[in-house]
Amino acid sequence: MNPILEVKNLNVSFGREKVIDHLSFEVRAGEILTILGPNGAGKTVLLRTLLGFLPYEGEIIWQQKLKIGYLPQGLTQLNVKDFPLTVLNFFSLKNPIPSIEEMIKYLNLVGLEKNILSKTMGNLSGGQFQRMLLAWVLISHPQVIFLDEPETGIDIGGEETIYSLLYSSWQKEKLTIFLVTHDLNIVYKHSSYVLCLSRKGYQCFGTPKEILSPKMLEEIFGSEIKIYAHHKSLK
Amino acid sequence: MIYQLILALISGIFISGVAGYLGTLMLSKKMSVVAGPLSHLALPGVAIALLYNFSDIAIGVFPFTIIGAILIWLLQKRTNLPMENLAAIIFATGVGTALLFLPINKAEEALVGKIMEITFWETIIIVALGFFVFYFIKKLYLKMMLININEDLAVIEGINVSHYNLLYLLSIAIVVSLGVYLVGGLITAALIAIPAAASRNISSELRSYKFWAVIFGIFSAISGIFLAYFFKLPAGPMVIVSSIFIFLISLLFQKQQTS
Repeated sequence: MNPILEVKNLNVSFGREKVIDHLSFEVRAGEILTILGPNGAGKTVLLRTLLGFLPYEGEIIWQQKLKIGYLPQGLTQLNVKDFPLTVLNFFSLKNPIPSIEEMIKYLNLVGLEKNILSKTMGNLSGGQFQRMLLAWVLISHPQVIFLDEPETGIDIGGEETIYSLLYSSWQKEKLTIFLVTHDLNIVYKHSSYVLCLSRKGYQCFGTPKEILSPKMLEEIFGSEIKIYAHHKSLK
Repeated sequence: MIYQLILALISGIFISGVAGYLGTLMLSKKMSVVAGPLSHLALPGVAIALLYNFSDIAIGVFPFTIIGAILIWLLQKRTNLPMENLAAIIFATGVGTALLFLPINKAEEALVGKIMEITFWETIIIVALGFFVFYFIKKLYLKMMLININEDLAVIEGINVSHYNLLYLLSIAIVVSLGVYLVGGLITAALIAIPAAASRNISSELRSYKFWAVIFGIFSAISGIFLAYFFKLPAGPMVIVSSIFIFLISLLFQKQQTS
């Protein structure tokens, strides 16, 4: 199968500082690519570059015009406190505006009841907000979804995680997912491939099994990873 | 005199109504400070109009605020500085140049507006522009709201952020220029910010938020103009005082959880 995305020799710099250095990889339709690395390694920069928000050198070739969904980093209910918007209002900001039935369908899909439509967004819990945002993204039927650390500080409640919700929609619809995360558990469970970035410019690309050896992880994260590795061996 | 009062009321209603409506979009941290500097930019425009004895101060005001809006937009594109920062620079430019040229003894119009001396033709222009800008903002509204919440989300939804920012700044410039008639160049920001803030206090969804902001704007204009008329006080400041009063009352009916 042809790749849906080809990245060749990608370079991204801010002034003199090189954030992404000669990066190349491919992603095929239906894959889940996890981008792994410590803070400051350029994970968010890479996502934003792929989305076309940042200038770059090299090649980013998307196979066709794709419908894209994006959950940006750090968008929480606090960002919308300025305006008295209900969830219904927020869904009405989409173009075209989805029908109420569609909204309810997707809210149910992420485990929310329809009465949330009339709630003010600023008053949602962190977990409710994350779920609602995922429904907001999914309702446009994206073919590709970008998620930037969706778990940050969020306990979305119940047995599910934002990942299991995502994973079930991934199974149902033919999604390609780009995921930035720190959660190694998720990487093991769900990723097709892992792309790792480190602050020192070290890069690797491969299946989770290939990448997630203790030695590799130490290359990526430095010593901070030992805690993770230890934790894992206990399980 | 009653004729003059009616003209003042009609103009006042249109200006403060549309300012209240625009204000609901500007209540984010980023934007609430932008209207102020733009209105101060009206001051050199007023100065020039007074110096050259233009019949209408608007001839001076509109070009200055509109050029100011375009400048903020261009600078933001080029420098990536936040809009509020650029607005502060524009603010200094406006007040600085105004102080150089403004004939202070004739400056009352620039400072507190001239709604009580508004002419028939000015009223017509205000009503027409009021309708136009209202419609214009209505067209921008949902897209600007999404941009305010998160620019990246807006881009993904296919919104050309830069394009909308310019249209948005231009509508602010027009509303601010209209505001100069009602309250002068110093306190126009209040005309935009206070009704929206009061409405925000009592609203929990978008439609009532917009509705009450417009109503509060209109009501403060009517009550301010009447009070000024009967007590022989300047109308512009009186309109602002009325809106502050509405804001204080709105605090009693606060719906939003404060946290």
